[in-house]
Amino acid sequence: MFKRGLTLLLLLPAIVQAAVLPEDRVDLLYHSYDGQDVEVNGPSFLVRKSLSPNVSLTANYYVDNITSASIDVVTQGSKYTENRREGGIGADFLYEDTTFTVGISNSEENDYSATTSWFGLTQEFFGGLSTLSLGYGRGSDEVRRNDDPDFEPQDVDRRSYRLGFTQVLSKNAVMGASWETISDEGYLNNPYRGYRFLTNTGAGFAFSDEEIYPGTRTSNAASVRGRYFLAPDASVHAEYRYFSDDWDIRAHNIEFGYTRRWGERWLGEVGYRYYTQTGSDFFSNVFAFENAQNFMGRDKEYSPFDNHTLRFGASYQFLPDGWWRLNSGTINLNYDFIRFSYDEYTDNTNTTDASQIPNEKLLEYDAHVLRLFISIWF
Amino acid sequence: MKSVFLILLLLGSSACTQVEPWVKPYERANLADPVMLFERDPISDSYMHHVREAREGARGAAGSAGGGCGCN
Repeated sequence: MFKRGLTLLLLLPAIVQAAVLPEDRVDLLYHSYDGQDVEVNGPSFLVRKSLSPNVSLTANYYVDNITSASIDVVTQGSKYTENRREGGIGADFLYEDTTFTVGISNSEENDYSATTSWFGLTQEFFGGLSTLSLGYGRGSDEVRRNDDPDFEPQDVDRRSYRLGFTQVLSKNAVMGASWETISDEGYLNNPYRGYRFLTNTGAGFAFSDEEIYPGTRTSNAASVRGRYFLAPDASVHAEYRYFSDDWDIRAHNIEFGYTRRWGERWLGEVGYRYYTQTGSDFFSNVFAFENAQNFMGRDKEYSPFDNHTLRFGASYQFLPDGWWRLNSGTINLNYDFIRFSYDEYTDNTNTTDASQIPNEKLLEYDAHVLRLFISIWF
Repeated sequence: MKSVFLILLLLGSSACTQVEPWVKPYERANLADPVMLFERDPISDSYMHHVREAREGARGAAGSAGGGCGCN
């Protein structure tokens, strides 16, 4: 796929109108997630500064402060708090209509480290009306376990290949399409979770010390999206993505939204997103007995479920005429309400006996996601 | 094979003849409007990708290819 895309790129005639790099800007964000007794919040910082018309640098820093008493945690461990810190730097180089991007990031938790590097290439052609992009990413993770000094750190190797295309269709319409293949190899389990199985021919139940996952995972995702301008000051957008992997997970999500300006300073957005997936072929809410199959897990993220999201956003522009070295700025508030409904994963919080398992309720919960941020262009 | 050759021929010939942009630069005001940007706020969008990838089995192909408004 990568090779074919590159060949196509080389054949395409690049004409007129040179591309430009994104504007210099700084963003400061506070984020908050609250759902099913999991709270995650923290700051994030992103700055982009050009060194010349052809070189632009980016740097970002991100913190997750996590307090978790989720169902997986309270039934197989105890409530915990931790934080994750992520930092990254990148650079964009522009040559005529081609932009080359390189970057590296590192994420650290007390039991997980991840380093990711990436390379990308974006080519504009047909007077800037079409954009083709190719990307390659490589990640190396290390998985550890806090509560077990005998647990040997485990490695994960990740690779991603991405192809994207954006097309202006008319003076009021633009569409885009993306394809991404991701492959992982290594220790892909969550080391703190086990699978649940019946004991004593169904009279009792227990959790295993660890899940047993395959050592590899390869996934493909394809998406299309479009935006249409509604005169004089609004737009509608839609997006669809299809996902499949070799763990037998199939997923679809579809999204619609409406964005509108009020005057020169206010901008508002509402949206709806629906997501649904099938479960992996090694997920079971409860296995009939220990070692029932080669691979076994009880992660709700890999169980069949769906969710509905309602999105609201507002943005206010300040300094519209600039001040000192600043060109303009916005203050923004985005809120997402998400309802998760699981098809097989049940709430086993109060289950003490196997006879109660058939009466467990399917898990359902709401999550609230908030982003408050300031963007300044300079 | 014949169709591949024809496509290559067409692409090759288009490299010699300038293709006129079908949306002229002076017709791109609507496309440049902030309401038409796929990813207006990169810091917020990347956070939402992170939230979803942590809680959903699907991953990848999120976000746009960049550019595409032709407004430069």
